[in-house]
Amino acid sequence: MEKKERKGAVLFSAYKRGDGIKKVLAKSREDVLLDIRESKLKGRGGAGFPTATKWMMVAAANSETKYIICNADEGEPGTFKDRVLLLEYPELVFDGMVIAAYIIGAKNGIVYLRGEYEYLKKSLEDYLESMRKDNLLGQNILSKKGFDFDITIRMGSGAYVCGEETALIESLEGSRGEARNRPPFPVTTGYMGHPTTVNNVETLASIPHIVSKGGEWFKKNGTDKSTGSKLFSVSGDCRKPGVYELPWGTKISDLLKIVEAEDSKAVQVGGASGFCIPKSQFNRTLAYEDAATGGSIIIFNESRNMLHILKNFMEFFVEESCGQCTPCRIGNVKLLEGIRMIEKGEYTFNYMNQLKDLGRTMQVASKCGLGQSSPNSFISILENFKDEIFNGNGGNNGK
Amino acid sequence: MESKDNLRVPGSQKPLTIEKPSDLNTIGGTVSVEINEKKITVPLGTTILEACKMSGISIPTLCNHEDLCVAGVCRICVVEVEGMRTLQASCAFPITAPMKIRTSTPMVRKARRNIIDLMLSEHYGECYSCFRNGKCELQALAKEYGVDSYTYGHVSKPKYEIDKSSYSVIRDMSKCVLCKRCVRTCIDLQEVGVLEAVDRGDKTHISTFLNKPLNDVICINCGQCINRCPTAALRANDPSDEIWAAIDDPKKHVIIQTAPSPRAAIGEEFGLGAGHSMTRELNTALKRIGFDKVFDTNFTADLTIIEEGTELILRLYKALVKKEDAALPQFTSCSPGWVKFIEHYYPDYLDNLSSAKSPQQMFGALIKTFYAQKAGIDPSDVVSVALMPCSAKKFECNRPEMHASGFKDVDYGLTTREMAKMIREAGINLPEMPKSDFDDPFGEASGAGLIFGATGGVMEAAIRSVVEFVLGKKTEDIFEKANIIPLRGFDGVKYMEIPIGNEVGEVPDIIKHLVPDWNWLKGATLKIAVAHGTANAKKIMDNIKAGGKFSECHFIEFMACPGGCIGGGGQPIPTTPEIRKLRAKAIYAEDESLELRKSHENPNVVKIYNEFLTDGPCGHQSHKLLHTHYTKRGRYIA
Repeated sequence: MEKKERKGAVLFSAYKRGDGIKKVLAKSREDVLLDIRESKLKGRGGAGFPTATKWMMVAAANSETKYIICNADEGEPGTFKDRVLLLEYPELVFDGMVIAAYIIGAKNGIVYLRGEYEYLKKSLEDYLESMRKDNLLGQNILSKKGFDFDITIRMGSGAYVCGEETALIESLEGSRGEARNRPPFPVTTGYMGHPTTVNNVETLASIPHIVSKGGEWFKKNGTDKSTGSKLFSVSGDCRKPGVYELPWGTKISDLLKIVEAEDSKAVQVGGASGFCIPKSQFNRTLAYEDAATGGSIIIFNESRNMLHILKNFMEFFVEESCGQCTPCRIGNVKLLEGIRMIEKGEYTFNYMNQLKDLGRTMQVASKCGLGQSSPNSFISILENFKDEIFNGNGGNNGK
Repeated sequence: MESKDNLRVPGSQKPLTIEKPSDLNTIGGTVSVEINEKKITVPLGTTILEACKMSGISIPTLCNHEDLCVAGVCRICVVEVEGMRTLQASCAFPITAPMKIRTSTPMVRKARRNIIDLMLSEHYGECYSCFRNGKCELQALAKEYGVDSYTYGHVSKPKYEIDKSSYSVIRDMSKCVLCKRCVRTCIDLQEVGVLEAVDRGDKTHISTFLNKPLNDVICINCGQCINRCPTAALRANDPSDEIWAAIDDPKKHVIIQTAPSPRAAIGEEFGLGAGHSMTRELNTALKRIGFDKVFDTNFTADLTIIEEGTELILRLYKALVKKEDAALPQFTSCSPGWVKFIEHYYPDYLDNLSSAKSPQQMFGALIKTFYAQKAGIDPSDVVSVALMPCSAKKFECNRPEMHASGFKDVDYGLTTREMAKMIREAGINLPEMPKSDFDDPFGEASGAGLIFGATGGVMEAAIRSVVEFVLGKKTEDIFEKANIIPLRGFDGVKYMEIPIGNEVGEVPDIIKHLVPDWNWLKGATLKIAVAHGTANAKKIMDNIKAGGKFSECHFIEFMACPGGCIGGGGQPIPTTPEIRKLRAKAIYAEDESLELRKSHENPNVVKIYNEFLTDGPCGHQSHKLLHTHYTKRGRYIA
């Protein structure tokens, strides 16, 4: 898909670099924050924390030094929308960071760029340079006295867990990518111990539109609890995979029509850490309050073996667990072993139920979002596709 | 221990060290929480775990340790907090607002069981064949929570080769449950930084630099990791079988010297509370086990004071009178963990280390020379064992330079734990033993040698003698009951100034040939310092490097282990600040009960200079037997 083909009500609507910044510099920090609160924007990474609340906490934190970090460690299997934003709409992301910096009072911004996106680094740095030339970054931005802010790009090293904000901060500080205990939260004790806001690329990219066109305008799209629109990275069995901007509240069945998917059996919403939704539930809507997602949509048609899919996800988690907490480090291994038992036909339902029970322990007892969400696919696939998986044939589609 | 503002702490734990609030007014008051429907008011910032303890509710823990910063990784201590979707690790959650906590809900109990089960599934070996059987925290938890069936299977083969390369510490990573206590001990508590987690996911394991054997990295052998390991993944290199073989060999004359710290702690291995000194019971037990002679390491501690003190006087004389270069401040050298630490981290300061050997090694050299001669035994038939609170002593006695007698001066270093095992194996219940005395010719020792066991003790022992040497006054006239209180206690770094004034005494005969008089010390102020735990040692060393106040000191005592020898890596497990305090108390109490409390007054010390080391302290003979040299190791030579 080319940039000119992209259509969307919010993110892909027209925007000129610097407009949002000009607009906010004419207002007080509080008023800008109120605009954003009005929009009810929630974090686009998947967890859905209200952005205005997070920024309010950092803005209120008493510290000389604050940081704004753009989480561009797009690692969830099946997401590639942040890459599109960084490649085709850098003005949105970086203007968003400048606006955030204005609101919270940060002087430094960091883009934590996924290791695999190293090829984007040069063009992004060139772009930042051009912003500096236009005084959109640097000292006294757009002649606003005392508003100094600049952005650096730092590379990740390929660990999935570093998409988790505290592990990301650890990685930035040069430590092993491991999630921290919370509290304290990054908003008070973040990068180098300073108040820090970590926001997803897409969240930041929404900001220039919101401040330019208003919270009310933003809320025209979406549902009451999920305002605005969302980028979906659609992959799998469909004719038109790619990145789509659709309003929150879109039905899964409608999305399948748009991307021309036929014969679909299941949709994995939210990537490997998300839930697998069977055909019978395709009338569910994509929204924080229903089928929540950070954007990954993977479509499977009838030819796919759900057990293989699940195994692929679990292998991913066994490898990507940071290994610090017990439930995630060993739990994922046990879930994967369970899948291998099913493949061989050497299992008892009793043990499978035990593993689901273990999965529920992992969901509540793991230290960070990785281990808390890794059993989601295990539980949802085993429950939603039990006829196919426990068919006495190692989960092999009756063949 | 004290401040956590170092840079080597794993980042994930650094900002999360939750200090226990001592004064409610300074941190902004208290907060009311409800635990299992019972209200309790706690200081703001108290962890859920602490709050539960206060209200008498026990929460299982594994990765949590009083001495270490918070990790929150084992997840056994999870509890339910109302309004939160997930369970919270109680050890890592500071209470800052009113909340309702439940510690025993179906979700919590199930999670705890599952977590223990998961740990057991990866934990290699069977309990009955494990040396920590009955003293293993994982085993205790499994028992407490009724986890008895390996729900998720059990590893049948070890994952890792056992690393037996070190003289001091053996690592069996197949038994590791990744609580990271050893990592936090090594990096944060001791600031040595030998152990860290490597790889990720199910391949995560604790490793050394480039996965080298422990012998080939900059491990200082302090064994603090052993003391904090909840399972049998870490242990000391146990020589007890070789010692049994020597005892059983009628040709061998087996001698054991016992240090004060194991005596103050070994009772813990026999069910006594911390702080019961077992010195005389132990003498009997050791004889019954079959040791031919039992000697008191305090004797050579006294000797160390004379040698090290003389060395200090010579250095000061050289610097102040002869105006020549002398390496000052002088550092103590009796802690082998500290010695290896400085060899690795501050190799340019080795000249500052006293060349006097540790009491263990002085004794070793004397046993196979002076004693063997006197007793008419062929030194090659003597097997010399040292009961020490320490794992680094095992390395020390294997240093190639420790062959002053022409033989290996000390054959085996034995820890308190290993000694207790031998005593149990011999069918002896230590607390029931009648009391008996040490053997001659080294029988009596002073209280000064005894207090070597606690941090500040070496310095106190030295000052008791130096004061009398230089001022010609009784220590008791200056310090009440000869207790030098500013040097006691568990502050990480202690500093003291002793003004000498204008009245000096006569130079005692024993060193009269070295310094003619004390006039050159008139008006001077003796500056001394004490540090325990290598993290605190590092603070002083960095201060010296930067030319700070400690560079003006004359004498500094360093101990590798937190609390000094009483907290050594060979001491009974567990170790906590409270336990170390009680052990120290036992030692100071024993010291105060003694008549003889100054090294230079020890008649046996006087005798040995008269009979054997006839050219006096720091003389030719003593240099040959009682002094040593060090190796510039740096970061790359193990």
